[in-house]
Amino acid sequence: MSPAAITAAVVTAAEGSEEIKGIQLLLPEGYDIFWSAVVLLLIAIPFFKYALPALQKVLDERTEKIEGGLAKAEQAQAEAAAALDEYHLQLAEARAEAARIREDARTEGGQIVAELRTRAQDEAARVTETAQRQIEAERQQAAVQLRTDVGTLATELAAKIVGESLEDEVRRSRVVDRFLDELEATSATTSGQGR
Amino acid sequence: MPLASDEGGSGFHAPSIADFFPPPVLWEGTIFEFNRIQLVRLIAAVAIVVVFVIAARRAKLVPGRFQNVVEMGLDFVRVQVAEQILGKERAREHTALLTTMFFAILAFNLTSVVPGLNMAGTALIGLPLLLAAWAYVRYLSAGVRAQGLGGFLKASLFPPGVPWFMYVLLTPIEFLTVFILRPATLAIRLMANMVAGHLMLVLCFSATQYFLFDATGIMKSFGALTFAAGFAMTLFEMFVGALQAYIFVVLTAVYISLSVEEEH
Repeated sequence: MSPAAITAAVVTAAEGSEEIKGIQLLLPEGYDIFWSAVVLLLIAIPFFKYALPALQKVLDERTEKIEGGLAKAEQAQAEAAAALDEYHLQLAEARAEAARIREDARTEGGQIVAELRTRAQDEAARVTETAQRQIEAERQQAAVQLRTDVGTLATELAAKIVGESLEDEVRRSRVVDRFLDELEATSATTSGQGR
Repeated sequence: MPLASDEGGSGFHAPSIADFFPPPVLWEGTIFEFNRIQLVRLIAAVAIVVVFVIAARRAKLVPGRFQNVVEMGLDFVRVQVAEQILGKERAREHTALLTTMFFAILAFNLTSVVPGLNMAGTALIGLPLLLAAWAYVRYLSAGVRAQGLGGFLKASLFPPGVPWFMYVLLTPIEFLTVFILRPATLAIRLMANMVAGHLMLVLCFSATQYFLFDATGIMKSFGALTFAAGFAMTLFEMFVGALQAYIFVVLTAVYISLSVEEEH
């Protein structure tokens, strides 16, 4: 196809030549196929051998990274939840422990108070008993003293009155005892009436 | 090197089919005959390969702006075409083919609106024919691999669920469809769209040239109208270029899907 022929065809654009050329559009020339194959290979080889695998690798890597990140976040969340649970558990345990300690202390305190009270009561009882015993002893001592004193006094008095010396020991004792017996009998009747 | 619409001088240059058979530049008369359309194809091929090789070489886990655009394109083919039609499992082995086809066709189509190139690489039947042949080989081999030769032929030529006597009618039709019409329509649809787009563009712009410089008086104002039409056609041609690339890979995916599935 010469340039002149093309120019002619362009200028005239005759119907007849159009039809012939129309079918040419569908019938590939040898060189058309050849160069088409060349450019297709030119594209296909770098695409298949290099560009697409390289880009796909990056995309896969990214997907993996995102999925890994998500998994990690999930794990972290689970760990946090577990830690929270543990914390709650420990808190509950600590509260129970504190309550138990308080209860123990209260019980112990009660025991201590009770013990002290018992001890104080015992002490008081002992003190009271000692005091009573002492009083009793003193009373008996006083009674004995009184009896002696009264004997002496009575003897002296009787001697003065009678004028008789009661120097004789045996006699004196007899007189005193008789006197005291009488006295006792009198006081017994008096106290018996007094009651 | 003559450009498609640069024929200056007087007279109206009507677009014609001769535009698709420009004079040879090198090795005239041999199978290596080289003309401006081959050059356009080479430029488009080098451009798309350079874009992808650079994107692949610089590919990082955290993409930059350029990588994002390239990945958006890859994602479009993988998700909107391959996975949508073939399903996630089957899509894996065909995604590379569909992706390569899509971007190759897109590059060859868009040269039709690049100033200075002004011709789609796919406007000449050879390239669409080879692309269709590639799809043809792929969907036949995928079918045979999935179902065996007998199984594939049976599923393709004797669709189940039809009374036996209908096969007299159906089988020749199915044969024509599977073995001839599918690749032929793939190739011709692409080529015809690009041819028509080129003719429309040349018509608009050569009319503009004619009205502005050769017409007189009120006729000059028609130039504005034809220029506006040319501008609109340029945008439309970009759209058609992308659309045809999409249609080509969608149909290829559909044909693969029809081949590998036993029931359809």
